[in-house]
Amino acid sequence: MRLALELRERTPAWLNLALPLAAVLATLVLCSGLIALAGADVLEAYLVLFSSALGSTFGLSETVVKATPLIFTGLAVAVAFRAKFWNIGAEGQLLAGAMAAAFIGAREGLPAWSLVPLMIVAGAIAGGLWAALPAVLKLRYRVDDVVATLMLNFIMFYSMMALVDGPWKDPLSGYPDSPDIRLEAEFPVLLSATRLHLGVLLAAFAALGVWFLMRGTTLGFAIRAVGENPRAARHGGIDILRTALLTAVISGGLAGLAGVGEVGGLHFQVMAALSPGYGYTGIVIAMLARLNPLGVVPAGLFFAAVLTGAEAMSRKTGVPVFLADVIQGTALICMIVALLFSTYRLRLRRAQAH
Amino acid sequence: MFTERAGVLNLGVEGIMLLGAMTGFTAAYFSGSLWLGVAAAATTGLAFGALMGLLTVSLGLSQHVSGLGVTLLCSGLAFFCYRLVFGQPSQPPHVDAFATQPIPFLSDIPGVGPALFDQFALVYIAFLLVPLSAWLLYRTPWGLNLRTVGENPQAAASAGVGVAGLRYQALLISGMLMGVAGAYLSIAQFNAFTFGVVSGRGWVCIALVVLGQWDPWRSAAAALLFGSVDALQLRLQSSGAIDLPYQLFLMLPFVVTIVAMAVLARSARAPAALLTPFRKEER
Repeated sequence: MRLALELRERTPAWLNLALPLAAVLATLVLCSGLIALAGADVLEAYLVLFSSALGSTFGLSETVVKATPLIFTGLAVAVAFRAKFWNIGAEGQLLAGAMAAAFIGAREGLPAWSLVPLMIVAGAIAGGLWAALPAVLKLRYRVDDVVATLMLNFIMFYSMMALVDGPWKDPLSGYPDSPDIRLEAEFPVLLSATRLHLGVLLAAFAALGVWFLMRGTTLGFAIRAVGENPRAARHGGIDILRTALLTAVISGGLAGLAGVGEVGGLHFQVMAALSPGYGYTGIVIAMLARLNPLGVVPAGLFFAAVLTGAEAMSRKTGVPVFLADVIQGTALICMIVALLFSTYRLRLRRAQAH
Repeated sequence: MFTERAGVLNLGVEGIMLLGAMTGFTAAYFSGSLWLGVAAAATTGLAFGALMGLLTVSLGLSQHVSGLGVTLLCSGLAFFCYRLVFGQPSQPPHVDAFATQPIPFLSDIPGVGPALFDQFALVYIAFLLVPLSAWLLYRTPWGLNLRTVGENPQAAASAGVGVAGLRYQALLISGMLMGVAGAYLSIAQFNAFTFGVVSGRGWVCIALVVLGQWDPWRSAAAALLFGSVDALQLRLQSSGAIDLPYQLFLMLPFVVTIVAMAVLARSARAPAALLTPFRKEER
């Protein structure tokens, strides 16, 4: 007898929900080893983590604020991966959007009412263009998209740092950061005494919008067709180049909006610490959501809770705050392993005679 | 590079280097022996090379996503363990780094002597590894098999070559080398572990291998070129001779890689089966 993987004929619906939950559970179990290693009580540590992130109005609002960029980058990755455009570059596209927003938001010549809408549009365009570049490189020059999007993250980061350390440096600040945006450009706060800002609403609408785009429009159908079977898509009369490019622009635009939200709603400027890897976390989130736009929201909230709660856990139990990073990596690995079970199932098989 | 030749792209490199830097430093710090640090880093690299193999070879999972997962996991682990072991000291702990080992006579050559022959022992080893890898890849049956596995796993399998086994071996070797590379940074070059100790060097390596067109000699040449540009910019920076932002230099390898890939992609030198998982049953 031995265990063997067997191809499933179809994936049962309950697995779509069960697999991510199993992956998260496996992650928490695996990471509890590290908590024990740090000499803390595992249950208490997790309890502190999640109760501080979800248990109070303030904690909950902070988690939602943290989830906003994550939902955007998660959506960006989900759209791109659907079309098999391996966009690892949400990090760079986020920065592109943030820079565009910070630039527009600080313009004195613009009428005050136009600032917020212009920042949103400019940020989405900037992110979209930064994603279009690797897409063109891939389609025209056959440059591997994983490597290209990854490299472009660093190019964007160092460009930004060169600017805020040079010509774009805030003259009033001793640090390398850009000048603050105008007061009128700051996103309105939705709920007093919290930091919930306009970006939160945008993220929620974006999730619904992307869901509708993928489910209810021809473009969404084309995107999925190009990802699943480009040859059949071509025979079906879909313009593959146009679809692939549009996918990249939409994906980058979503990532750009993550940056807009961070600038408009939280930091009001760009600086090195603007994104602690939100673009990469977006990949984990999209995978956990099984590339489903609506699934991105709970997945984003989960990781936001982990990031928010890790601080409190660290203060209270002494477990290093970097547990949050370990959880992300472990969750990604657990999830891709779990995904195997959606296409395969474990079967006990009698050893075959050779 | 070994891995890519065998058809697996290891995006775990950044994280494995970081974890190697951490374990290497920690082991060296507590044992007082730097070589023990190197061994610890190599072991760590080996372990995560094996994890990468389990995910991509045995389970046939996406190499991008697995690699990213390994990087996220390893960086997280590195920071986590470092904080656990050393807490948050105001002064980062140091080790007495490797002393440079001048080679008699050769290091006295004026001009190039000190640069080439007065280096850390690990540097000599790295340079010796280049011809060794070239020999292994091009002159041994093992290397031939490895390259076939990277180009055409079906052909290799029908010729009786164990595809999975070779990919594992490649991942283990490269994992080990990545770990040592990290340890070099923390216990030879910087003599301390900081959160930015690797700072994208792993990603640069991926760029360098593309630039070097998957060849040990050319990859090493690309690495040397990048290293000297890096050293040059530090020199120019401190002398104040130029007024260019140093970020432009940090950006350079990434820009060059993309341009080079666009130019070179037409000649398609990449191992053909890079990124393709190989499952026997499906063919």
